[in-house]
Amino acid sequence: MPKKVVIVGGGTGGTITANVLARKASKEADTILVCNESQHIYQPGYLYRALGEIMDESKIIREERKLLDRRVKLVIDEAVKIDIQNRVVSLMSGKQLEYDYLVISTGSRIVPEEVPGYEASYHFYSLEGARKLHEALERFKEGVIAVGIGGIPYKCPPAPAEFCCLLDYYFTRRGIRDRVEIHYLSPLPRTFPHEAVAEAITEMMERKRIHWHPMFNIESVDPEKKTVNSLEGESLRFDLLVMVPPHKGAEVVERSGIGVDGGWIPVDKHTLQYKDYDEVYAIGDATNLPVSKSGAAAHFEGKIVADRISSEIMGHEPRAAYDGKVICFCDAGFKKAIYMSFNYENPPKKPRFSYMWYLGKQVVNRSYWSLILKGYI
Amino acid sequence: MNRGEYKVDKVVDARGSHCPGPLMELIKAIKNTEVGQVVAVYSTDSGSKTDIPLWVKKAGHELIGVYDRGGYTEFIVKKTR
Repeated sequence: MPKKVVIVGGGTGGTITANVLARKASKEADTILVCNESQHIYQPGYLYRALGEIMDESKIIREERKLLDRRVKLVIDEAVKIDIQNRVVSLMSGKQLEYDYLVISTGSRIVPEEVPGYEASYHFYSLEGARKLHEALERFKEGVIAVGIGGIPYKCPPAPAEFCCLLDYYFTRRGIRDRVEIHYLSPLPRTFPHEAVAEAITEMMERKRIHWHPMFNIESVDPEKKTVNSLEGESLRFDLLVMVPPHKGAEVVERSGIGVDGGWIPVDKHTLQYKDYDEVYAIGDATNLPVSKSGAAAHFEGKIVADRISSEIMGHEPRAAYDGKVICFCDAGFKKAIYMSFNYENPPKKPRFSYMWYLGKQVVNRSYWSLILKGYI
Repeated sequence: MNRGEYKVDKVVDARGSHCPGPLMELIKAIKNTEVGQVVAVYSTDSGSKTDIPLWVKKAGHELIGVYDRGGYTEFIVKKTR
């Protein structure tokens, strides 16, 4: 009898896990993917939607069913409770799914309301947010734009710095760059967590006349005075504020009592297993691993988990282990980008901005649907 | 867990973290900690020796100690406000 594998969450990590597992253990596993939504959104597209480079949203949205191996059973429903003692996932519809293996890939959710005064800010962390930010940018004629971070952790740590560089490109193309001051509020003493990368990004920001403020973690916003205030005690006046909203783990994780510090699931950094429950895995944004919350991390973790579960089902010792691998492209505008690759043992090297990596990012954007989500690469 | 006279309330193992990095992990932990509690961060990132003390000072918390643990560094920070 096939083993029941339930995957909760159909983002990048969940979709890849389901597809790889269905191929590796087509007869031995009954792969069930639970998704809240029937549509899958390519989230890196939000940033380009905000800047107007993608206006046709069908380019970043697909039907989840069409992205899945035909052997994956797709359940469109919301998981409301995960009972790991009794190996049952309860759904909003009232159905209950029993499992032999569970993969939690419920991602993260944004909670902008946790920052007092957030209503005076914009963001590019949802499709709706990106649309509103685009309208605000189109109306913007002159003044100060501040880009900062409202809470840690958040998805894609380089995204705010990347957005500043792309704002420079956006306003240059509109012919009003000289009338716009761009300020990057970095949560760290540098422009990027790793020193070698920070050096390259700082040089780029200085060339682009982007003002950056070290150690500015947003604590509150004053909508009337139009100031943004840091928990380190500083303040900056803005005309338009782009704030990365605070993130939390999925509500089902908090409700099920398996998350810590904001709903992040503690897992082994190599096996991705939850505590002493060898049959329970978590991947992607949902975990509390010290790697970036990004599609790239979820991608590599999903393949590891699919490998481990299929090995075990087929009677082998699961040996695949996550080494902390993340890859990352950062677009600086003017058709130049950087590429970084690192893992737990090997930090990133100082990257170089080039046209080649800009093309690399375009290739990743295009291969997402056909190759990455299918788990072929 | 005790570090001399201090009881550590939360341990953040950020060894091998290059992005978001140990300081971001510390900031996250401090936000989820009560005033008066103590956080220990493990880091293998060479930049942490500069940036963790800098941030702790600027944010007004207390750096209780920095210890070389052979292969990684342990930072002990008390949330003071």
